Amino acid sequence: MTQILKTGKELDALREKLKKQRESVKQTITICGGTGCHGYGCQKVIDAFRQELASRKLEKEVELRVSGCHGFCERGPLALLAPSGIFYQRIDVADVPAIIEKTVMKGELIDKLLYVLEDGKKAAHEKEVPFYARQNRLVFANNQRINADSIEDYIAVGGYAALPKALAMKPEAVIDEVKKAGLRGRGGGGFPTGRKWETVRKAQPGEKRYVICNADEGDPGAYMDRSLLEGNPHSVIEGMVIGAYAIGANEGYIYVRNEYPLAVKNARIALDKAREMGLIGKNILGSGFDFDIIISRGGGAFVCGESTALMASLEGKIGEPRAKYIHTAEYGLWNKPSCLNNVETWANVPMIINNGSEWYSKIGTATSKGTKIFSVVGKIKNTGLVEVPMGVKLREIIFDMGGGIPNGKKFKAVQTGGPSGGCIPESLLDLPVDFDELTKAGSMMGSGGLIVMDENTCMVDIARYFTEFLSEESCGKCVPCREGVRHMLEILNRICKGEGKAGDVELLEEMSEAITDASLCALGGTAPNPVLSTIRYFRNEYDAHILEKRCPAGACKALINYSVIDKNCTGCTACARVCPTQAAVATDKPAQGAIKGKVNPKLKMHKIIDEKCIRCNMCFEACKYDAVQIK
Amino acid sequence: MDISHVDKICKDHGNRQDQLIGILQDVQAQYRYLPQKPLERVSELLGIPIAQVFSVATFFRAFSLEPRGKNVCQVCMGTACHVRGAQRLLEEIERGFGIVAGQTTKDANVTLETVNCVGACALGPVIVVNEEYHGRMDGTKTAKLIEDLKTKGE
Repeated sequence: MTQILKTGKELDALREKLKKQRESVKQTITICGGTGCHGYGCQKVIDAFRQELASRKLEKEVELRVSGCHGFCERGPLALLAPSGIFYQRIDVADVPAIIEKTVMKGELIDKLLYVLEDGKKAAHEKEVPFYARQNRLVFANNQRINADSIEDYIAVGGYAALPKALAMKPEAVIDEVKKAGLRGRGGGGFPTGRKWETVRKAQPGEKRYVICNADEGDPGAYMDRSLLEGNPHSVIEGMVIGAYAIGANEGYIYVRNEYPLAVKNARIALDKAREMGLIGKNILGSGFDFDIIISRGGGAFVCGESTALMASLEGKIGEPRAKYIHTAEYGLWNKPSCLNNVETWANVPMIINNGSEWYSKIGTATSKGTKIFSVVGKIKNTGLVEVPMGVKLREIIFDMGGGIPNGKKFKAVQTGGPSGGCIPESLLDLPVDFDELTKAGSMMGSGGLIVMDENTCMVDIARYFTEFLSEESCGKCVPCREGVRHMLEILNRICKGEGKAGDVELLEEMSEAITDASLCALGGTAPNPVLSTIRYFRNEYDAHILEKRCPAGACKALINYSVIDKNCTGCTACARVCPTQAAVATDKPAQGAIKGKVNPKLKMHKIIDEKCIRCNMCFEACKYDAVQIK
Repeated sequence: MDISHVDKICKDHGNRQDQLIGILQDVQAQYRYLPQKPLERVSELLGIPIAQVFSVATFFRAFSLEPRGKNVCQVCMGTACHVRGAQRLLEEIERGFGIVAGQTTKDANVTLETVNCVGACALGPVIVVNEEYHGRMDGTKTAKLIEDLKTKGE
């Protein structure tokens, strides 16, 4: 039977009980069950653990937890053992019996499952792994301590402690606390959260008002909101209840991407549980305050991350934004005052109430407080989510935590802020991550995606990629965005095809200005950013494409050729076998390259017939002897 | 066509106009696309003009007014996948089935779609087939995936 909590005291008593239960478990194994690890097949590992524990009758002594994302997606599937703190990575189903037999029962380490440090030494604990060691996990910390679908776990680790505290305060005092903490919106805009709440509270006195959680994480390459909602949905819900109390709302929405099925599922379970226990619903904890939340799934439109478009879509209409001279804080959903915050912003709220604004405002920089979760992806060794205090240098995130660029390649740029952001070159890597500093550099914080690019990434192609993305995602309501972005794309397509003309760059810059000034919403207003920032920092690449008809990174298909390096070709026929157009063929000449130190002259040297080649890269991938080159 | 499911779906959503997108998602899950008759029924039950239902059904990427294939193959085109060569894999699949993204093979076996980031960036490039994630794809693995999908259609 689920206990219905009627007061804060009952909640505290339950917490104490759950804590004791938790402490009575001798050992726990926590498996990361985030979407990334599921991609590696962690479900099979989880099933294997269940089976193994059952067959050894260890279920009572060893608790198996399936948590949300741990963040170190690069090394999944991941497991954390407690109390030993042993950290295993890249676990296979076949490793499971040994983990139980050796580590759980005898406390021995399994060497091959340990993380290998740069100097070749092995790390047995997370804190010895640079990826984890340099982070400051506050918002994300509980993700690996709890079962993603268990409200009891969340309560046991201190969850829902901020709620009764906030309910005992005056709503204005809650707002004041959030204001003093200096929390700014994590979704991209960086607007002060407390100020937004205050506006919503004061708008249209006596009318109904709403709180909304924006989980329509559309920025490609950013997935911290998904991981939070998947792994610790109650932290978001608790934040929303506190926010609703502060502004006087009784209804809330979580607008979540339908592309995130696990996040939808876990958020649903969390809401049902919270409702059952009386943490949302009528008369929450005996305070007289009513509040409930509905989940709304998005339809896969990037523009719906924009507040007015999101609200239109919540009303069951198409996601078209409207002009913002009327703020949604005053006239939002159904024309009522509406408070929209992003997932990560909501998840920060309980922490501020629990520890106070003074504690919170000590973390971060002068104008950007707290921590921020970044997703470090692309051409990087340690893909994953890192949570760091604001003000940390980009270089630290990319090289110290991210481990730098794989395969000995050179760093070229990091793209921040999603399609509305920009590319930052190496010379600016010592920039502290902070809302205002990134904006000054021509990029933006956005929702926190950091896409790392190496020497083989073409910056013109990246600008083209984002422009194509935005042109497809433009809702079509206003002309500057719909037509302007499409024309910019046409120019960029031409440049990438080697048909660029002198003056194209200047034309792009001119159009950018018009689009920025005249677009209705932020999608159009920031659409030129990827183009402008790449022109600003990588003008030489544009010139190479336009003037020399050359792609220095070797990425633009129309400007590159595949050929065989004769002295390396062993005649192994791998390229010819994979070539879909029979462009890679044998010549009459004997091969010159050696297989295992031996040249076999009976094998024929290969070549690539350029007219037949469609630049699919299959031969380059297939060749084990570095005999295929791209020029 | 049995459209009685639509009544239940709408009822589950409380016949609420603001649940239109969610309702259409469930209708699509039922019929694998959005056929005309169920859409008309949605309009009737919710009391909103059919034009609005169609505008929503055509605005969002998630909806299809055409029948989709038995298997849905989604290539992630997020930035992380893009810098790791997703475009080439998409082209390989397009060649393999003789269709372009957004189309369905003639035998209704495979629908090929692109998706703007599934948030599994560590596994990039990612291809999702019927909700199963295939990570760290390259040309060879994609070729095998194409073959597997073709066998499923036989």
